[in-house]
Amino acid sequence: MTLLRHARPLAHAAVLSLAVAAVPALAQEPIRIGSFLSVTGPAAFLGDPELKTLELYVERINAAGGVNGRKLQLTAYDDAGDAEKARTFAKRLIEQDKVDLIVGGSTTGATMAAVPLVEQAGVPFISLAGAVVIVEPVKKWVFKTPHTDRMACDKIFVDMKARGASKVALISGSGGFDKSMRAECLKVAPNHGVEIVADETYGAADTDMTAQLTKIRASNAQAVLNAGFGQGPAIVTRNYRQVGITLPLYQSHGVASKEYIKLSGDAANGVRLPAAALLVADLLAAGDAQKPVVTAYRDAYETRFKSDVSTFGGHAYDGLMLAVGAIKAAGSTDKAKVRDALEATKGYVGTGGMVTMSATDHMGLDLSAFRMLEVKNGTWSLVQ
Amino acid sequence: MGEQWAQFVAAGLTSGAIYALVALGFSIVYNASHAINFAQGEFVMVGGMAAVSLVAAGLPLAVAVLLAVAVAGVVGLGVEKLAIEPAQRSGKADVVTLIIITIGVALFLRGVAQVLWDKRVHPLPAFSGTEPIAILGATLVPQSLWVLGGTALAVLALGWFFSRTLYGKAMRATAVNPLAAELMGISTRGVMLASFALAAMLGALGGVLTAPITFTSYDVGVMLGLKGFAAAMLGGLGSFGGAVAGGLLLGLLESLGAGLLSSAYKDAIAFVVILGVLFFMPGGLVGARRSERV
Repeated sequence: MTLLRHARPLAHAAVLSLAVAAVPALAQEPIRIGSFLSVTGPAAFLGDPELKTLELYVERINAAGGVNGRKLQLTAYDDAGDAEKARTFAKRLIEQDKVDLIVGGSTTGATMAAVPLVEQAGVPFISLAGAVVIVEPVKKWVFKTPHTDRMACDKIFVDMKARGASKVALISGSGGFDKSMRAECLKVAPNHGVEIVADETYGAADTDMTAQLTKIRASNAQAVLNAGFGQGPAIVTRNYRQVGITLPLYQSHGVASKEYIKLSGDAANGVRLPAAALLVADLLAAGDAQKPVVTAYRDAYETRFKSDVSTFGGHAYDGLMLAVGAIKAAGSTDKAKVRDALEATKGYVGTGGMVTMSATDHMGLDLSAFRMLEVKNGTWSLVQ
Repeated sequence: MGEQWAQFVAAGLTSGAIYALVALGFSIVYNASHAINFAQGEFVMVGGMAAVSLVAAGLPLAVAVLLAVAVAGVVGLGVEKLAIEPAQRSGKADVVTLIIITIGVALFLRGVAQVLWDKRVHPLPAFSGTEPIAILGATLVPQSLWVLGGTALAVLALGWFFSRTLYGKAMRATAVNPLAAELMGISTRGVMLASFALAAMLGALGGVLTAPITFTSYDVGVMLGLKGFAAAMLGGLGSFGGAVAGGLLLGLLESLGAGLLSSAYKDAIAFVVILGVLFFMPGGLVGARRSERV
């Protein structure tokens, strides 16, 4: 009987002490940022720098005290460029890891696979992929940091017209990004007075495009646009020189990396493509708003990882900074508040350009965010 | 129009030569064991990736290439010794079991390649420059000539080996009747080992010859293995002439199909060929004419 008499007050005391102990534990709860990236596989040149960037900056932010007094906790999975795996990982991030926000989706395919999940679960998702379908039509919870393929088409067509070319041959691959960019270019070409006179395609793993380029050579094209990414454009570039086409060759921002120049060798000289200012940080004018941001990111990345910076890592940097900015502005990790804060981003200067989002624009970049680059002597140069 | 055809034919012969080397590897192993070695494509990958590593380590290109082929030969020996021999020694290995084992070996080699090297795409320096050469209306890179020449040399060397040397004849004897060959003092074990090593080296030769043009990575073996198999089926499994003819023909079909019909379905052509061969002439091009002396 004596035991029972003391039982209830003991139980009260136990519950009270647990509650007291739990309160500080709640305040320390980390901000969970989830990510699924194509770290390995055919899109590894996208996901690998993205993962490195996220890890580097999560570490730095935590060392500087975290966000709103809480540490960031990054949970990242590798989808190896497979959209099906990406979907599985997105599901795991949302349901098992219970993340507050997702920054990920290296490829368009992976992103679109995860979109229905984040829309249903109501989790803010900042995609790192290129195609315009990600934000058009605008989806409530989905944002993106990279320039769209439509912007790339616009930028390229403007440059082509400036060089006097109005008949253009298209050659693209079979991947999600390739198909999307090809469709966008076909759509916006008339707006620039450009006529598409040839439209060739190749398979993602094809190793010889001389057949398609021979057909293009026989057409009356005045310039050629290769909408693609991966190793395909490098082979197209080499075959281009082999088949002896001297017309201007344009690539997409999907190959804006040293990897492309390395694979294409000398054949890449003279190729133009639109890319973020990050690649030519040193060539930017002193007063350029992006110069301090891109220089700082580049220095941090290259010092830590001893390898060249890439625009794709830059997109991950922008994604993380936008997320952190939104969490700070919202004052919490309440998903709806963070989403609203993301949508209200104004004037954020990142590696991709200046970002101003709205309810109808979940990317926030305009054409000035793209710079036209040309490969000269095996490295990038700025086209004025 | 004629110029276009010339370009398609040139491209088709170049890729066809690689398919021929892979198909030869299939035929050699098939002759020795009546099993299809689905790891054949991975030998191509091993050759290419090993050459890339050796060049990166500082070796001159010629040494790296030869050494890479030798390394692949050793890998082939290892595959036979560690994967095939134990299965055959247990006595329970029929052809289907061996085939499944080779599929497992292919997966294993691909996995090891990812860990040992990486998953990126790697170029190999061209053997003699990249200045395009104009021949009969088509433009080839010098490396294409290396591919065609290297394949021709390999085929001639194989022909000489199998018809003029004792060991080559011993291998052919084992293919015709393993029991009789064993009774005549030919070691069937030795022939199996030699077959795998030879098939691996042929595959690796293809890998190093084509890497400057098509680049190499840990997964090039998948498609090349399947297309080489299609070529071997097309020519007639087990026939060397058939393997070469099948490879070149498949390369031409692919290139002409991509150029004249649709470039989007290039990969499908090899698989349509396999289906066609299985439906209409399972013996391949050469099979119909093969006859047995009784």
